[in-house]
Amino acid sequence: MSTNRQSDAASPWRAPALLAVLVILFLLEGGVSNAMFSGSWNSALGILNMGLLSAIMALGVNITWGYGGLFNAGVVGFLALGGLAPVLISTRTIPGAWAAGGPGVLLALLVGLVTLGLAAVVARRLSGAWRFWAALAVVAIGFVIYRELFDPAVVAIEANNPAQAGNIGGLGLPVLLSWPVGGLLAAAAAWGVGKVALGLRSDYLAIATLGIGEIIVAVMRNEGWLARGVLNMTGIPRPVPYELNLQADPGFQARAAGWGMDVATASGIWVKLCYAGLFVAVLLALVLLSELALRSPWGRMMRAIRDNETAAEAMGKHVTRRHLQVFIIGAAVIGLAGAMMVTLDGLLNPGGYAPLRYTFLVWVMVIVGGSGNNWGAVLGAILIWCLWIKAEVWGPAFMKLVTTAMEPGPLKAQLLESAPHMRFVAMGLVLLLVLRFAPRGLVPER
Amino acid sequence: MDIANALVAILNFVVIPAAAYGSQLALGALGVTLIYGILRFSNFAHGDTMAIGTAIVILLTWGLQSMGVNLGPLPTALLALPIGIAITSGLVLLTDRLVYRHYRRVRADPIVLVMASTGVMFVMNGLTRLLIGVDEIRFDDGARFLISVQQFKAWTGLTEGLALRLSQFITLAVAAVSCWALFRFLNRTRSGKAMRAYSDNEDLALLSGIDPERVVRLTWIIATALAVMAGTLYGLDKSFKAFNYFQILLPIFAAAIVGGLGSPTGAVAGGFVIAFSEVAVTYPWKKIAGYLVPGWQPDGLLQLLSTEYKFAVSFVILIVVLLFRPTGLFRGKSF
Amino acid sequence: MSDEDHGFGGHRGMRDASIVNTAGRGTIDGTRRSGAVRPGVAAAPFLAARDMRGGYGKADILNGCTITVDRGQIAVIVGPNGAGKSTAMKAIFGMLDLREGSVQLDGTDISALNPQDRVRAGMGFVPQTANVFPSMTVEENLQMGAYIREDDFRHTMDQVYTLFPAVAAKRRQAAGELSGGQRQQVAVGRALMTQPKLLMLDEPTAGVSPIVMDELFDRIIEIARTGISILMVEQNARQALEIADLGYVLVQGTNRYTDTGAALLANPEVRRTFLGG
Repeated sequence: MSTNRQSDAASPWRAPALLAVLVILFLLEGGVSNAMFSGSWNSALGILNMGLLSAIMALGVNITWGYGGLFNAGVVGFLALGGLAPVLISTRTIPGAWAAGGPGVLLALLVGLVTLGLAAVVARRLSGAWRFWAALAVVAIGFVIYRELFDPAVVAIEANNPAQAGNIGGLGLPVLLSWPVGGLLAAAAAWGVGKVALGLRSDYLAIATLGIGEIIVAVMRNEGWLARGVLNMTGIPRPVPYELNLQADPGFQARAAGWGMDVATASGIWVKLCYAGLFVAVLLALVLLSELALRSPWGRMMRAIRDNETAAEAMGKHVTRRHLQVFIIGAAVIGLAGAMMVTLDGLLNPGGYAPLRYTFLVWVMVIVGGSGNNWGAVLGAILIWCLWIKAEVWGPAFMKLVTTAMEPGPLKAQLLESAPHMRFVAMGLVLLLVLRFAPRGLVPER
Repeated sequence: MDIANALVAILNFVVIPAAAYGSQLALGALGVTLIYGILRFSNFAHGDTMAIGTAIVILLTWGLQSMGVNLGPLPTALLALPIGIAITSGLVLLTDRLVYRHYRRVRADPIVLVMASTGVMFVMNGLTRLLIGVDEIRFDDGARFLISVQQFKAWTGLTEGLALRLSQFITLAVAAVSCWALFRFLNRTRSGKAMRAYSDNEDLALLSGIDPERVVRLTWIIATALAVMAGTLYGLDKSFKAFNYFQILLPIFAAAIVGGLGSPTGAVAGGFVIAFSEVAVTYPWKKIAGYLVPGWQPDGLLQLLSTEYKFAVSFVILIVVLLFRPTGLFRGKSF
Repeated sequence: MSDEDHGFGGHRGMRDASIVNTAGRGTIDGTRRSGAVRPGVAAAPFLAARDMRGGYGKADILNGCTITVDRGQIAVIVGPNGAGKSTAMKAIFGMLDLREGSVQLDGTDISALNPQDRVRAGMGFVPQTANVFPSMTVEENLQMGAYIREDDFRHTMDQVYTLFPAVAAKRRQAAGELSGGQRQQVAVGRALMTQPKLLMLDEPTAGVSPIVMDELFDRIIEIARTGISILMVEQNARQALEIADLGYVLVQGTNRYTDTGAALLANPEVRRTFLGG
């Protein structure tokens, strides 16, 4: 069988080889200017930074899938939720916003939570046909109270300076603090989903996460009071210097001259390098922690459960609880990446969270890299991100080549016009080929 | 109290749109549930199969229109539909031959098929974009209304109007006929029973001389036909936009699970449960309340959730059903 | 186990019911195509499976095992756990790739056929477990048994109902709702619907009460009297050998003793080692 070749090919040079490929791609993108590469170090670093963030997302998915065998189909939701943290933590407080409706919204949300809790208790305590209707009645009453409290509060907040703000505002704290908070937000959501979808007669996590992903993104689009919804949140503070400040700084001007670059380019590169440094630090810390966890008693137990669930259950290990743990940890890592992504962009754009890009592309990264292997997921993520970005450029180039012989006409125009969409086809093919011919990924699990 | 007007309003704004949407979901969910029952995985590419099938139907419709062919009052797309189904089935069978069959042969874990279907999803998504772009397309032609508001008001003398769009009527009719045909096929014919047998017990089906590959091919063709129908009807009813077909995957999956995965009856029931709840929860009831309780003018719209949250409805119903009845409304997993 | 299990997806305890359906999953590769049949050795028994070697993966389970059955004969395979009894049955039915050996049925060499085509060649198989279609009615189960038949099979169905009257009474009920013994009868009935020339039963009495077992054995004798050859694997070795024309004692994938059922029962060594004294 063609796949047999893989089984003992987990050779130690695979990861370094893949790393070398990535380095070469990076150098080409930065140093060579032609139809394929931009020859701009700014662009190369931009791709690298998003690649590092993708690597963190992939790490989150890899933890849930590789350690727990759980399928998270709502990566986009946890990512978006994490992105809320920089807005809530680090943007300026908005005068009057909190006074207008802050307590009202908090109270309403509290009522909502209490309602759900109460409904859960009612459903658990009662039995028989009453169970469902009693729980439904609790939810209905709670919902009415919630809306009575929530609606006026939201109207008040959104009416407060609607042109520039209209949202609840932030706490004005350092943006780096928002990164762990992003993880916590995602973890809380994951706890709720996992509690419901894990350990029923069987799991329904995939569909539940698919749903919650859509819902979180919908909430962020429509709840203007939270982070201005589709109006986007801009001007999110940075942990690194601003380009304009650098360009005005005589010290930096001198250094840029020393590197032989113009100040504008140098400032862009410098900022991106700062981000890259931060991201690499977080990424390495996460990989280290997750490798340590895997070698700890907890990790051994996780692997025991994954490898033989029935036996682990018989040994008295609470499989569902462990699964919930690992799902929450994975989601938290994704949320962290979400907060970091919004910080990098300086912008929260809820309209941009597409499941294909942020859920399924991350899955492609994990599988191509090597599911169950942290380094595989990291390197696979950066590689796939590069391909995803470059395919948008290479697609039209390729299409131009293919259609050179064609008569000019509507078909040729249509093909050339839609050529950037080729990258979807390319990603699908990459996934299918890896799944078929190297099912353990480019850097297989040990 | 004005019951007649209230009923007409409910019929016009809730029942008819929900029935049409429910039929579209039911057709989609039937495909998902058949693939789950027989090929034993949830096909993430189903939404994009709907999209590419509809795109092909639209291109064929344009072709027919440019040749001057039309169906009079009926949309030309109905003529293009069978050809579109045939072409899309061919495409899907090709993916089975190139992608899925290998995993059946090596008896891979079903999760691998799920992953492979996301690969197929990417490819089909890209092909749809290449084929027809990402813009919104309207392709309904022919008559617009079967019953228009003015006609209805003139007939009945009520203040509340009722409209039945032709596309809604066609949706209901096509869905009813195809469901009837599918259930008859599954319960009465030799091939249909063979499909149920294969879903029940693959090995025993094989030991009864049933050719598994034939069952699989048949399943792909039926599921594709249902998907293309669902997609085309959805496009006629609303409009075609490639991205919408990815989004509709959630309510379709929810419908299949709510009904009990693997159960065709459940898929149909689930489709209507989801559609009716979605429409009822996102509809502003203010007007109807006004008819029923004269003199009451509520401040709000009496809308439980804004329409942007319609996907939340399918999700909540899904969770509730799973909590209270984990196997779905109809016992799933087998037909 | 295939290599794929060590790749993506394997060993991950995947039980997410919203995306994978593990109920009723098969173990046999249905995509395999049959090779050509060849003329067999003349004057061989009706079923002749000779010198079978093979297993699942690297280690062989069958080490040169030979099973033959003549027309209308009841042959029984007994032996300790892990002796390869069920594996031998599966090999005869083509569910297992043989490294060596041949299977000949009714004068033709069918070694290259896949299981589906062996059914058409005249073999019927009743697996030990999962041997009915649980959500289908008893009648539909029998119809599926007759799937390969182009002629009118109502007569065969009547014969099955005559053979198993208890099942006839429940023909509109889902097979999954029947008792263990009745389900076993439906399973045998389904296999008979193909009108096999050789009926193979894998531990038909596993998990049924002694009364049901005796009745089932009586029915099996009746079936053999109609000229159908029977090959079965049995845990209840003593009772099975009592009705057997021919008995095989397998140990570690090879034939240890081969004799008539009565002779094996009388053999003190067989009694001591395999029949518990």
